[in-house]
Amino acid sequence: MNPFIFTQSKDLDGVLAALSAGEARPIAGGTNLLDLMKEGVMRPSQLVDINGLDLDQVVLGEDGGLLLGALARNADTAYDPLVRERYPLLSSAILAGASPQLRNMASNGGNLMQRTRCVYFYDVGTACNKREPGTGCPAKDGLNRQHAILGTSETCIATHPSDMCVALRALDATVHVQSSSGKRQIPFADFHRLPEDRPEIDNTLQPGELITHIIVPQADRFIAHSAYIKVRDRLSYAFALVSVAAALDLDAGGTIKAARIALGGVAHKPWRIEAAEDQLVGKAAGEQAFAAAADAILQGARGYGHNDFKLTLAKNAIVQALTSAARGTDIASGSDRIPEGDNA
Amino acid sequence: MELHQQYPVRLRINGQDREFNVESWVTLLDLLRERAGMTGTKKGCDQGQCGACTVLVDGKRINSCLTLAVMQDGKEITTVEGLANGEDLHPLQQAFIECDAFQCGYCTPGQLCSAVGLMNEGQARSREDVRELMSGNICRCGAYPQIADAVIQVMDLRKNDSGDKPAFTTGAVLA
Repeated sequence: MNPFIFTQSKDLDGVLAALSAGEARPIAGGTNLLDLMKEGVMRPSQLVDINGLDLDQVVLGEDGGLLLGALARNADTAYDPLVRERYPLLSSAILAGASPQLRNMASNGGNLMQRTRCVYFYDVGTACNKREPGTGCPAKDGLNRQHAILGTSETCIATHPSDMCVALRALDATVHVQSSSGKRQIPFADFHRLPEDRPEIDNTLQPGELITHIIVPQADRFIAHSAYIKVRDRLSYAFALVSVAAALDLDAGGTIKAARIALGGVAHKPWRIEAAEDQLVGKAAGEQAFAAAADAILQGARGYGHNDFKLTLAKNAIVQALTSAARGTDIASGSDRIPEGDNA
Repeated sequence: MELHQQYPVRLRINGQDREFNVESWVTLLDLLRERAGMTGTKKGCDQGQCGACTVLVDGKRINSCLTLAVMQDGKEITTVEGLANGEDLHPLQQAFIECDAFQCGYCTPGQLCSAVGLMNEGQARSREDVRELMSGNICRCGAYPQIADAVIQVMDLRKNDSGDKPAFTTGAVLA
């Protein structure tokens, strides 16, 4: 790790002043930042420890939505009775990510800010437009099994690694940020960005801004029918090849009144196509409608060689997630799992 | 302030108050091994992927390789050295022996601390839960079934050990 100056503050104004000065980066859980610093991918000259700030709430907000403090830990968020009962999709998505130890450390704000796990981004011995703009993207013609199939650009085919963010995108969360010059709200759809010709910029947070909390609107209509499906190379503790957050509001006859579908592991940001959800409204919940929605979501998808399989995998995962959601939220396990004996 | 400044860190490690002066970039893992002389906690990957460095901070299990010592100032740390009560092994340590839950033993300190954390969290209801909630600890000898045996033996979950549905929600895995 590079040498750096370390400060701590229990005062939000003090933290914002430090951030506005330009050099300091905030550290909360540190699970991603310290890893990147050990690899030499990130080399901040100053860290400000923000864990003393009073931003760890998980409570109902004034408008009936869920307020998630930026410093609430992923585990505390996922296991909170309010989140489990009212936002099972979010709970399930968080618990699909990382390991129990990491979820005990990782903050909600940090989950949004985590960087891609592209192997070229992580390897300072290779070129990478995200790490060093203008040097090139070896992933396009290289080992790209984990990489994006949607929203890619000539400069970058990295994916955003979060599970939590996929559920937050499906549930129309809003990111609340603050700087020394004021407060701002960012719709989740606009928080992360596509690489385009500036892949070094992951999101729309501006210099000097700090995430204070996330608001998830009331989502009671989806409690009964939601599912988070994560397909990965091993049973647990691996990043998604493809993940799907699906939520349905069904009438008594099984007709779809509303649908939400967001994908992880396929793009530089959680991927959601609202038009595909609109086209499900009024249709009977079933494989035919789900497959058509999947085709609409994946329109324009392309593989880069090793990740070609993701086109089929993503379609199947969308259909599976919607089928599972239609069957009913599985409070017990999220959804089907491979019995232990089958993957010894 | 200077880049190579020393920062005071006070920790209560396994019931003993200790004071250190460390550079900003020293991880909790390196403090324990290199400054406190407590080498029970192991460095495996140093990237949060293997779990060998798992310790308990105020009763919660974390990867000590991915946190700075200066961030833990004032905290209570429990390492594998702090699990036994004198000559009396912690029930998990005894169960690991009885269940043959290790071969080379390198991952064992992290497995033990992780299992204590798992029990503190109170989320596991079945063998499948234990397997999922121990997934942050890699064992390259492949003692996973015996590790799960040891944990469920101590948690007295054997009555639930017959294909019960997990009690917590998690992302599904498809074949």
